Amino acid sequence: MLQTDVLNYGIAAAEIALAVGVCLVLVVDLFVRDKDRDITYLLSLAVLAVTAWLVAPIGMNGREVTFYGSFVVDPMSRVLKLFSLLTVAVVFLYSRKYLKERDLYKGEFFLLSLFALLGVFVLISANSLLTAFLGLELMSLSLYAMVAFNRDSPKAAEAAMKYFVLGAIASGVLLYGMSIIYGVTGSLQFDEIATSLAAGQSNYLSVLLGLAFILVGVAFKLGAVPFHMWLPDVYEGAPTSVTLFIATVPKLAGFAMAVRLLVEAMAPVAADWQSMMIVLALLSLGVGNIVAIAQTNIKRMLAYSTIAHVGFILIGFIAGSPMGLAASLFYSIIYVLMSAAAFGCIILLGTKEAEADQLDSFKGLNERSPWLAVMMLLVMASMIGIPPFAGFYAKWAVLSAIVERGEIWIAIVAVLFSVIGAFYYLRVIRMMYFDPPKRVSTDSDELVPIVAGFDVKLVFSLNALALLALGIFPNQLLALCTAAFM
Amino acid sequence: MAEQIIFYAFSCLLIIAALGVVVSRNPINAVMSLVLCFVTSAAIWLLLEAEFLAMILVLVYVGAVMVLFVFVVMMQDIESATLSARFAPNVWPGLVVGAISLAELLVVVWVRREGLPIAAVPEPHPADYSNTLELGKILYTQYVYAFELAAFLLLLAIVAAIVLTMRERPGLKKQNISQQVSVRKEDRVRVVKMEPESDA
Repeated sequence: MLQTDVLNYGIAAAEIALAVGVCLVLVVDLFVRDKDRDITYLLSLAVLAVTAWLVAPIGMNGREVTFYGSFVVDPMSRVLKLFSLLTVAVVFLYSRKYLKERDLYKGEFFLLSLFALLGVFVLISANSLLTAFLGLELMSLSLYAMVAFNRDSPKAAEAAMKYFVLGAIASGVLLYGMSIIYGVTGSLQFDEIATSLAAGQSNYLSVLLGLAFILVGVAFKLGAVPFHMWLPDVYEGAPTSVTLFIATVPKLAGFAMAVRLLVEAMAPVAADWQSMMIVLALLSLGVGNIVAIAQTNIKRMLAYSTIAHVGFILIGFIAGSPMGLAASLFYSIIYVLMSAAAFGCIILLGTKEAEADQLDSFKGLNERSPWLAVMMLLVMASMIGIPPFAGFYAKWAVLSAIVERGEIWIAIVAVLFSVIGAFYYLRVIRMMYFDPPKRVSTDSDELVPIVAGFDVKLVFSLNALALLALGIFPNQLLALCTAAFM
Repeated sequence: MAEQIIFYAFSCLLIIAALGVVVSRNPINAVMSLVLCFVTSAAIWLLLEAEFLAMILVLVYVGAVMVLFVFVVMMQDIESATLSARFAPNVWPGLVVGAISLAELLVVVWVRREGLPIAAVPEPHPADYSNTLELGKILYTQYVYAFELAAFLLLLAIVAAIVLTMRERPGLKKQNISQQVSVRKEDRVRVVKMEPESDA
């Protein structure tokens, strides 16, 4: 029997430490001069390290609930929290160069990122509708502010405005669904909602209505078609280091949100949300892969590629088995790694004068820097899902889960769209290796130099090599993901 | 009986004050009517034994929000004639919305008459019962996690608002105190030698 009415602060140690860390960064940054901004940067990294040290032992041995049933830790929350911490650290490492070049190197970037991470943590560990919503808002509000962070860019302001308006509507829709479910089941707690639904005494139509609203909210936050309209504009308009953040950590949170809200609370009506999700997944795969072909801006292209990847993540949910969920978790983590590397490369190639956000900026990368070209080749190949790379195992795990469920046609459609999608990744590779690079001027032979410190290049290389390593030895991570749903 | 008299008295006052907000031509009068609205609603909440909410309504809305309203109204030069001209096209949609709301209220009253189950009037609590204490107990035990998270949301809102609004705009005029202090006589004052012009 779970004891839920005791306040056990110990298992929330990581959240408490992170919250204290946020306040610490907030206060310390006030007293730091602009030229010493590295102090804030290092302090933020230290906060992440301390939180990681606290997260590591929590929730390893099964499920624990506290705060009167509003907070839960389990193996899944542990895995997701550790990877979100790692991802935020990687984002910080990439962003330093980008922010410094553009006079955006301010404490607020790190502060808002940590706030968003706190929201992600709350969402990952949510066990009641109230907590889930608060976590989601904590994350979303930080993201809106981060997109508008560069106040001198009208494009960023426009993206932030779109994101804010659409995000607020999505939050409202989600909240409406939550209120219906609360009204029907009489509880905010996920396990009690599941028990009440399983008892089958509630009005089925009302449950379906609430479920549909909640699914819309989740789909919006993940960026699944037809709730994807914000994604390309936000990815393009936001400063690249913010895009890097939005493309990575919130996806892990979105996965957790789908697991908590749909798989845990709505388990008795799983057949209903799975059939709705089939539509979302297939549309995402189709629209994502086909529209990406038409893009000339690589940030937009990656936004559509994100939509396609989200389609794959949803397929794991449709499979519904623990194996399917584990495959989805594995896919989410690999996707986050790939996405971080791809945006990291855009940051790496960009300079103060010119963002490297056009496909053309990748032309002839092999001549400019063979090593970086090989690394980017690894990332793109992994995104396509070519065998020795991690992306292949992610796709394979998801597809074998859905085939096991017996829905072979979904697997076939997914593979077909992936083949279409391979085109635009291959185009980047072709540009890097077979197109002539940009010169400083038309008549000179001098190549445009790559201005990037050793640290960014090192992080990018490690990030890309991790995709190769995880592709060759996927078992460790797969076992971790499988253990999360045992 | 006394309770009912108090309720009806305050309700009438509330309706009059609410009409005053909408009808009055002077914005300051409208704001003051709104203050009266809040105070009267607080009194009605007291009848419901929600004394904590009543206090908060007076403290937060009358004490803080309305002061802000007054500031905004006084800072802006609002001509009521131009304002009402702008509202004129919206009269019809407004009337439609009002009519629908009224119909909905009537339906609720009608449903009540049809003998649907309605919660019984709760027993009044004894005089030493503290609503505030009970609210505090539940807020700091059962909902402590959500409560602290809400606090963090507010902190985030403050930070985000400052991040988005406080910045150095090009062409912003402001004092540079160190420059002012370190200014020398030679920078500002020019001594011109002149021959006296009169012969006297």
